[in-house]
Amino acid sequence: MFDVASWHPALQALLRVLLFVLPLLLVVPGLIWWERRLLSWMQDRIGPNRVATITLKSGRKIKLFGLLQPIADGIKLFFKEDITPSAIDRLIYFVAPAVALFPAFALGGTLPWSGNTLLTPIADVNVGILYVMAISSLGVYGIVLAGYASNNKYSLMGGLRATAQLISYELAMGMSLAAIVLASGSLKMTQMVTTQQGDLLGVVPFLNNWFIFTPFGFVAAVVFAICVIAETNRAPFDLPEAENELIAGYHTEYSSMKFAVFFMGEYAAMLVFAGVFSTVFLGGYDMFIDPLEGIAGTTLGGLATFMFKTVASFTCFIWLRASLPRLRYDQLMSLGWRTLLPVAVSNFIVVALWILITNKYGVWQGWIAYLGSFGLLFAVYLAVRGLSKNRVDNALAPRSISLVDGTRSVNVADPQAEGVGS
Amino acid sequence: MPVQVTPDLMIFGLLAGLAAMTAVGVVAFRNAVRSALCLVLNFFTLAFLYFTLRAELLGMTQIIVYTGAIMVLFLFVIMLLNLGSLQVLDERPDLIKKGLGFLFGGALFGLIATQVVQPFLQTSQQFAPEGFGSPQAVGRTLFTSYVWPFEIASILLLIGIVGSILLAKRRI
Amino acid sequence: MESYIGILVLVAVAAIVCVAMVSLSWVLGPKKVTPYKSSPYECGVTPEGSARERFPIKFYLVAILFILFDIEVIFLWSWMTIYRDSEVSFQLFSFIEMLVYMSTWILGYIYAVRVGAIDWDETTSLDPAKLEDTVLPKLEAKPVLQPATEGS
Repeated sequence: MFDVASWHPALQALLRVLLFVLPLLLVVPGLIWWERRLLSWMQDRIGPNRVATITLKSGRKIKLFGLLQPIADGIKLFFKEDITPSAIDRLIYFVAPAVALFPAFALGGTLPWSGNTLLTPIADVNVGILYVMAISSLGVYGIVLAGYASNNKYSLMGGLRATAQLISYELAMGMSLAAIVLASGSLKMTQMVTTQQGDLLGVVPFLNNWFIFTPFGFVAAVVFAICVIAETNRAPFDLPEAENELIAGYHTEYSSMKFAVFFMGEYAAMLVFAGVFSTVFLGGYDMFIDPLEGIAGTTLGGLATFMFKTVASFTCFIWLRASLPRLRYDQLMSLGWRTLLPVAVSNFIVVALWILITNKYGVWQGWIAYLGSFGLLFAVYLAVRGLSKNRVDNALAPRSISLVDGTRSVNVADPQAEGVGS
Repeated sequence: MPVQVTPDLMIFGLLAGLAAMTAVGVVAFRNAVRSALCLVLNFFTLAFLYFTLRAELLGMTQIIVYTGAIMVLFLFVIMLLNLGSLQVLDERPDLIKKGLGFLFGGALFGLIATQVVQPFLQTSQQFAPEGFGSPQAVGRTLFTSYVWPFEIASILLLIGIVGSILLAKRRI
Repeated sequence: MESYIGILVLVAVAAIVCVAMVSLSWVLGPKKVTPYKSSPYECGVTPEGSARERFPIKFYLVAILFILFDIEVIFLWSWMTIYRDSEVSFQLFSFIEMLVYMSTWILGYIYAVRVGAIDWDETTSLDPAKLEDTVLPKLEAKPVLQPATEGS
């Protein structure tokens, strides 16, 4: 075999980069197919199932279940006319899709997909998770530049909305990750995986301490997952491209492969974020039960474990898209700033307290302090909410709907209120 | 001191050249959004220059704060003022202004150069030691020697929050 | 330094892939420009006025609040990496310092929420003259919560 360890560092780095970027490019069409099929099944449809069914001369058919549909779409899009609207800012119009795709590929620079330190992660730097945060914060530019350059009011609105949404949820995302960093004592992603190989909750010896099974990790995981969906502009947070309000939002004026680049960027970013989620909260390439550690320890076993978790997280994102309606814009901002951010910050402070108590007194005392202080904070929250009820209600004012026949109107927030069955 | 062309120097040259080019772009473009885009690229390259100096936390902070946050605000301000069109930035050539500009620019350049070149020539070590700018080292220093500045920074930011809200809202 | 070569290479490869993807369709696709085709698509209606309009200041406010809160957190990232593995006395000291630091964060946050800086309503930031003309009449109009009359 190749003796990778003796190569020049730059060549090794190139190998690691290619081992990450090329599979990502290849997997994205598969993911698009997977989402379309899954959504169709959830909505009682069939979905794309015809492409790549080969009928042999003997009449036998080789079915690939439409797996090549996105590739066929991609080839078609490459040869479609690239319409450039008039009165645009030409340079920015061309740069914007590339800027939008860039973070999706650069995001995985510190993500370990297996225990083999020679092949992954691309750069095991001391600031791994901060790198993910930093690159994901670049995702704003592609969208806001596309919206600005397009010379279209709807595009501009979509771009603006997207920017406000992305930066609002970035705060909560950072704070939810901060709790995990505090608990694992390092920003390195490989270190996070190692920390999760410890005993579950510090007391169960044969199970591994995945952060999602710890109370603080669970809170952080929920906040992080919601923020990831908002960061990648996925339903129910796809306000920037809400077609009933904004045509197609920031990519209204983009056609041909440029549109496809936006599309690809979204899916690639989703996959990498799912990878980050499974690394930070689901133990990365680690198996949950100690006797199975051996499988995850090998390069391919680790890759399989990691990919299974990643695709499972990705599938959950699709599931959310199929089951949740889109939020209103003020609800979206309110959720990010008023709910997720305080939850993540209090989680962060409470984790610090938990570490302190655990170090000073012991494991059980630590957990008691953790749950107690979280309960206290929740009580304070309820009290504050009770005091400022008017403001909260104002922000999320219920809307009434009139039924089609015009005989009844129903208050959506409170169906028992007057008006029903008059 | 003879200069040897090492891979490190080549990487530095590449990054520094890119940073300088984008910095020129900020001034040269007439469209404010394009200038801002150049500034984004400039900040991004600067982060890599920090990495080459082993100041990894500083580099990440550079990307998160400047590239990811402050430039978004810049773009917002540019779009808020609608500076996109060319006419706004069109000016008649004015020789006196140009001369003064070059004079002050040269003076600033000289001032910075004297401050940078002097310590640069005195360095005997080519690199900072391993772990010099690592988050651990920074955190230790921040919570031992610089606790007071650290706490005061939070008050400064609090004032910033209150001030920006007061400026942007007519009625509180 | 060595470990950052990976990131540098990744950034370069990602940039090349992105530029290639965008420019390839420009090379491959046909180009038949007509005035209709190249006009902006605004629901199929002829675009009215300039598209680059000025927008509400609330977006700006969200952005600046984001920066300020973000910078506050930036100072803490370095502390997080040393907190778990240090001795108890340092932990206690830095925990209290962190609480003091975060208390100003929380103070700022509560202020921002209380004055409605992140609320999505324009009544507090609009020009008073504009407010009276456009927004207030809508607010004073009763919402359609009453039950519709029978047979109307």
